[in-house]
Amino acid sequence: MTINLATESGFHAPGTEIFNFEPLFSIGGLDVTKPMLMAFVGSAIVVTLFYVACAKPTMVPGRLQALVELGYTFVRDDIARSIIGGKKGDKYVPLLVSLFFFIWILNLFAVIPLLQFPVTSRIAYPAVLAITVYLLFIFLGIKHQGPVGYFKNMMFPPGIPKPVYVILAPLEFISTILVRPFTHAVRLFANMFAGHVLIAFFAVTAYYFIVETQGLGIVIGVAGFVMTIAMTGFEMFIQVLQAFIFTLLAAVYIQSSVEVDH
Amino acid sequence: MFLAELFGSVGAIGYGLAAIGPGIGVGLIFGLGVQAIARQPEAYNLLRQNMILGFVLTEALALIGFVAPFVYPTS
Repeated sequence: MTINLATESGFHAPGTEIFNFEPLFSIGGLDVTKPMLMAFVGSAIVVTLFYVACAKPTMVPGRLQALVELGYTFVRDDIARSIIGGKKGDKYVPLLVSLFFFIWILNLFAVIPLLQFPVTSRIAYPAVLAITVYLLFIFLGIKHQGPVGYFKNMMFPPGIPKPVYVILAPLEFISTILVRPFTHAVRLFANMFAGHVLIAFFAVTAYYFIVETQGLGIVIGVAGFVMTIAMTGFEMFIQVLQAFIFTLLAAVYIQSSVEVDH
Repeated sequence: MFLAELFGSVGAIGYGLAAIGPGIGVGLIFGLGVQAIARQPEAYNLLRQNMILGFVLTEALALIGFVAPFVYPTS
């Protein structure tokens, strides 16, 4: 879907084509593209960071250890403990910390010069993470409430007038089983996708009106240039917020499976 | 026979329509959230978390509207 605002003047707004990459190289028939490579680098960065910082923990933390512990305690206190609850929540902290930092690094690639592509704006990456959480919370629900009890607690919460169940039961089933994983993945994907298109649009506007055409249009070009910088700053805020939200929702879903009634 | 027909970037119009409801919803959530924080500043942490949670659940509707044109391209 390309938006041709002014086709005859030669200005082309960026569309979905900026998300398609030619394979860089292929290993045994598997084509490796830039986002795939960046996903590997991202996971390597997270693993290395935590290993270097916390492999030999000291009582009085050094600089790097203090920094990593700051991130760790943030996820533990603000997500795991406050959503899932004290003792129970601590069990899921490793998963939530990995999710948070992995997604954040993948998002952060959008504003790092030369890389400049949010890996999570390809639907496959958020989808895999959302499916992992989806399978986990269904497994936990069946483990803690039993196969019948889980679906009974989900579709027939107690204390509601009987006729309401006719509407409530199918709605609850659809929203938990079908819509949940979909919105979980699409929320992250669509935010990063929209942000990347927005930055690309302003950058193309600046380039077109400053470099390719001369004249009064330069005012628009300068506005586009300023907006590119402003949107980059705004995107950095959105990136950490989306990583936080993805992890927060994962915790909420786990909590709804672990707790029997709420 | 068509009663009415629409050409061009229908997806953009659809997204505009899809954003109305979530727009009102997000406005309500943050408006009431700020009001609640003003009344009880000591409950800030609890309120902020619930505000974000309500915000993301409402925002999902707008995002589905954003993705729908890519799922059903017009041409």
